[in-house]
Amino acid sequence: MLATNDSRSEAKNEACGLEPGESKELVWIDVCAMDDVLPGAGAAALIEGEQIALVRTMDGVLYAISNFDPFSRAFVIARGIVGDRGGVPKIASPIYKQSFDLRTGVCLDDSNVRLPVYPVRVVAGRVQVCPVPRRVA
Amino acid sequence: MSRKQLVVIGNGMVGHRFLTEAAELGLVATHHVIVCGEEPRPAYDRVHLSQFFEGKDAAALALATVEEYEQLGIELRLGDPAVAIDRNAKRVHTRSGATLEYDTLVLATGSRPFVPNVPGNDLPNCFVYRTIEDLEAIRDAAARAESGVVIGGGLLGLEAAGALVSLGLAAHVVEFMPRLMPLQVDDAGGAVLRDRIEALGVQVHLGKQTTSITRTASGSLELAFADGSRLETDLVVFSAGIRARDDLARAAGLSIGDRGGIVVDARCRTSDASIYAIGECASLGGKTYGLVAPGYRMAEVVARTLAGKDAACGDFDLSTKLKLLGVDVGSFGDAFAATPGARVISLFDGVARVYKKLVLSADRRRLLGGMLVGDASSYASLQSYVQNGIDVGDHPEALLVPPSQGGAPSGPGVENLPDSALVCSCHNVTKGTICTVIREQGLAELPAVKKCTKAGTGCGSCATLVADLLKAELVRAGVTVNNHLCEHFPHTRQELFHIVRVRGIRTFEQLIREHGRGQGCEICKPAVASILASTWNDYILKKEHAGLQDTNDRYLANIQRDGTYSVVPRVAAGEITPDQLIALGTIAKKHGLYTKITGGQRIDMFGARLEQLPAIWRDLVDAGFESGHAYGKALRTVKSCVGSTWCRYGVQDSVGLALRLEHRYKGLRSPHKLKGAVSGCARECAEAQGKDFGVIATERGFNLYVCGNGGMKPQHAVLLAADIDADTVVRYLDRFLMFYVRTADRLQRTATWLNKLEGGIDYVRKVVVDDSLGIAAELEADMARIVNTYQCEWKTTLEDPDKVRMFRSFVNSDTPDPSVVFVREREQHRPAFWSEKQRLLEQGRVRLPVVPA
Ligand SMILES: Cc1cc2nc3c(=O)[nH]c(=O)nc-3n(C[C@H](O)[C@H](O)[C@H](O)COP(=O)(O)OP(=O)(O)OC[C@H]3O[C@@H](n4cnc5c(N)ncnc54)[C@H](O)[C@@H]3O)c2cc1C
Ligand code: SF4
Ligand code: FES
Repeated sequence: MLATNDSRSEAKNEACGLEPGESKELVWIDVCAMDDVLPGAGAAALIEGEQIALVRTMDGVLYAISNFDPFSRAFVIARGIVGDRGGVPKIASPIYKQSFDLRTGVCLDDSNVRLPVYPVRVVAGRVQVCPVPRRVA
Repeated sequence: MSRKQLVVIGNGMVGHRFLTEAAELGLVATHHVIVCGEEPRPAYDRVHLSQFFEGKDAAALALATVEEYEQLGIELRLGDPAVAIDRNAKRVHTRSGATLEYDTLVLATGSRPFVPNVPGNDLPNCFVYRTIEDLEAIRDAAARAESGVVIGGGLLGLEAAGALVSLGLAAHVVEFMPRLMPLQVDDAGGAVLRDRIEALGVQVHLGKQTTSITRTASGSLELAFADGSRLETDLVVFSAGIRARDDLARAAGLSIGDRGGIVVDARCRTSDASIYAIGECASLGGKTYGLVAPGYRMAEVVARTLAGKDAACGDFDLSTKLKLLGVDVGSFGDAFAATPGARVISLFDGVARVYKKLVLSADRRRLLGGMLVGDASSYASLQSYVQNGIDVGDHPEALLVPPSQGGAPSGPGVENLPDSALVCSCHNVTKGTICTVIREQGLAELPAVKKCTKAGTGCGSCATLVADLLKAELVRAGVTVNNHLCEHFPHTRQELFHIVRVRGIRTFEQLIREHGRGQGCEICKPAVASILASTWNDYILKKEHAGLQDTNDRYLANIQRDGTYSVVPRVAAGEITPDQLIALGTIAKKHGLYTKITGGQRIDMFGARLEQLPAIWRDLVDAGFESGHAYGKALRTVKSCVGSTWCRYGVQDSVGLALRLEHRYKGLRSPHKLKGAVSGCARECAEAQGKDFGVIATERGFNLYVCGNGGMKPQHAVLLAADIDADTVVRYLDRFLMFYVRTADRLQRTATWLNKLEGGIDYVRKVVVDDSLGIAAELEADMARIVNTYQCEWKTTLEDPDKVRMFRSFVNSDTPDPSVVFVREREQHRPAFWSEKQRLLEQGRVRLPVVPA
């Protein structure tokens, strides 16, 4: 995840689950303009064959999470509703409405289920994603 | 040393309370306690007597059993009333001839119902409402009766009237004063109360003085009133007040108050130092008290006094609350603003039928009292503001509007009460005690809390406050419980609707900022989107609204199990030309769609990928079709039979009316989907009675039915109006639909809405047909605005390239979604099942994400 406010660059790596300095080794892929993702909504991207949902919360934070809904087995997560549960940023699958923690991919309704989440950042108004799932502790 | 003799006369609620208190304080060990009661059973819960008609029998109402008294070592003499007190010999004589010696005597004889001195008041089928025996008699008489009259429109009278309704009688209330509950509410409150009582099916007669009751030739009763009018009925219940039972004391020469009652001091001692009087029979400071809480306080005071402890009665809490389902009335503190300099703020909501009034101190910092009619949910907490003298802050008006309607969430919330605040005045339990017990014993259910703290087990009026405390404690402990729309809004849908309308709020962002918290979720976002649409009818994919919509609304199509969508153009009333049929076929074929006829007489085209939707719709719009709103919680279809156009039985043009209705209400966003139908005659081929609104043609016009539905729990629609013309159908439907849209819960269909609405269809008819709330014009105007701002959402979308871009499968690629795979079946195609996709996965055509370990 990443604050769209670029000045918070220090928070970036930490938020991505990376060690400081590690970001240089990631392969960042340019995806779209920040404006292509509406605040409080999601948009699907196809990145090196991987379907990834870019999700922007109302307070301006951007996340990248798999577009695959394991419950319906359809690639639809980006079309879900974005919000929070008790402050945890999440997106709800549009099919059967299970919610996923945008930070970790953990399903909030079934902790055995987890979606991959990906490093994402904004550079000069462009969204960049690293299509290799992050490790989440 | 022999034990002292303690005799108690009367085993009612207060007498019982005295005995339990006495036992707890050890008086039973130091005294020989003898109780003589007139009724045939031990004390029971008179406050909840009416529950006898809801199936609570005498055992369920009992406060104690004979065995329990025995175990306590108390001698109980039931069905043997005291008939005389010999103060010189310190003896009580009972009806059976027994003589009971006393050192100390406690009188707890309660009151008797007051029966006005009207000729005929003792005829058969005239009753009072005080004991289980009274209610048994009323129940038996009601079995042979069709109607009943309650004389007296006070707290008890209304409760009794509610009981008559529950017994299946046509109930009437006759009140001498010009309003109901004259002691508790003012004129404005009385008007709202009357409206609500009538909605229960009780007929209200105000300003009527009964002058006689006579028996008619047919055996029924006829009441005559001072104004010359008459009322015939099968049974009469007197509920015109109570009188202290002070006759024994009077005969024994004890001093009696001017207005009745045995005179006592603050320790409840009568004019004879060895005799005490408690409960409704006592007159303290020149007043008698017809409520249980003051009686309980007196019982405690006497028990403590006898145990050698210091105790005295202070001011009593005289708050009252009507216990009648659906008719909330609460009156507390200085409700009539008698305090010099008192200020009043009030709220009158003719739509919700709510009236609230708060009485504030001259400096506006303290709440002195108030009255609540229609919504007494804040009764207990407001009452504790009064009792505990809590500062109400700079915006006392926020207390009027509970968090429910945009009032400060910091309103009369339990969090604001200090631990020392008295919550239950019946049992003297503070907030601190309740919270500690909940925490220490890990309680999670209201009944358990009541049992462990006694709070809420007296008059029951503090129960909501106890429930709120429990809720707050549970929330603190991390358990979520509430009845709000969701965690982001402390409001119901109806309340949010009100806020949006009244405050002119046009975006979710503003609503959540001002009236909610957090970022929203899949529950509140679509609900608010729907409210905004029903109110302002903005284009739903406007930038600020798009993210609120469920996927169906967001992409103006219906999502299917594989993530593809189906498309349903409007075919109003199911009437379609051959050319349109051909166009639909051509378009479906061109875009490779599966087709099926729907139950709503239209054609559904399946298997469209997101990025195909605009192209499909461009073709549809070009062929003259418009959005069918099949994706929305909105009007779907108005189905019709062919009616007089072709059918040999048809009596009206059902297709014509269905077309008019569908085109009028298309695009109307509502709490749930809406379906209508019009049949051309009583044969009902369009199944109009299974719809949210249905019209059936008659020789003289149309019958209008509402609130039916099919689905999981089918329910027939009910008749709203008969033999009306088409214009009237439209007018009534405008009002009906808007009223439903305003007041229903999220995802509540009309049938459920009706089932939960107090007063049911009669109430709806009053609002819609008789305009009892005076809002018909407003409802029609609101509907007119929606009708006049209709737009085909697809047409608008196609005109804006930015909106069309939202339909790409991927923001960064025009590749069609590779995961969508079809299989041929019955000459069309369907989405592959997962097992069939497995093969494709193996071939690498579909890729699944891998979660790193
Ligand atoms: C339908 C109904 C609803 C009510 N709702 C509420 C409410 O919501 N809130 C509220 O605060 N109050 C309510 N009340 C009032 C409440 O029930 C009384 O305030 C309470 O019962 C008073 O208790 P008590 O012991 O003084 O009188 P009672 O409960 O009437 O007990 C007196 C007992 O003494 C007996 N007795 C009388 N004379 C003799 C004698 N000579 N010898 C032996 N025994 C005798 C009587 O038979 C009776 O059993 C309601 C009352 C009714 C009838
Ligand atoms: S409802 Fe009556 S008019 Fe309509 S098709 Fe059936 S028989 Fe004919
Ligand atoms: S105040 Fe009567 S039960 Fe609590």
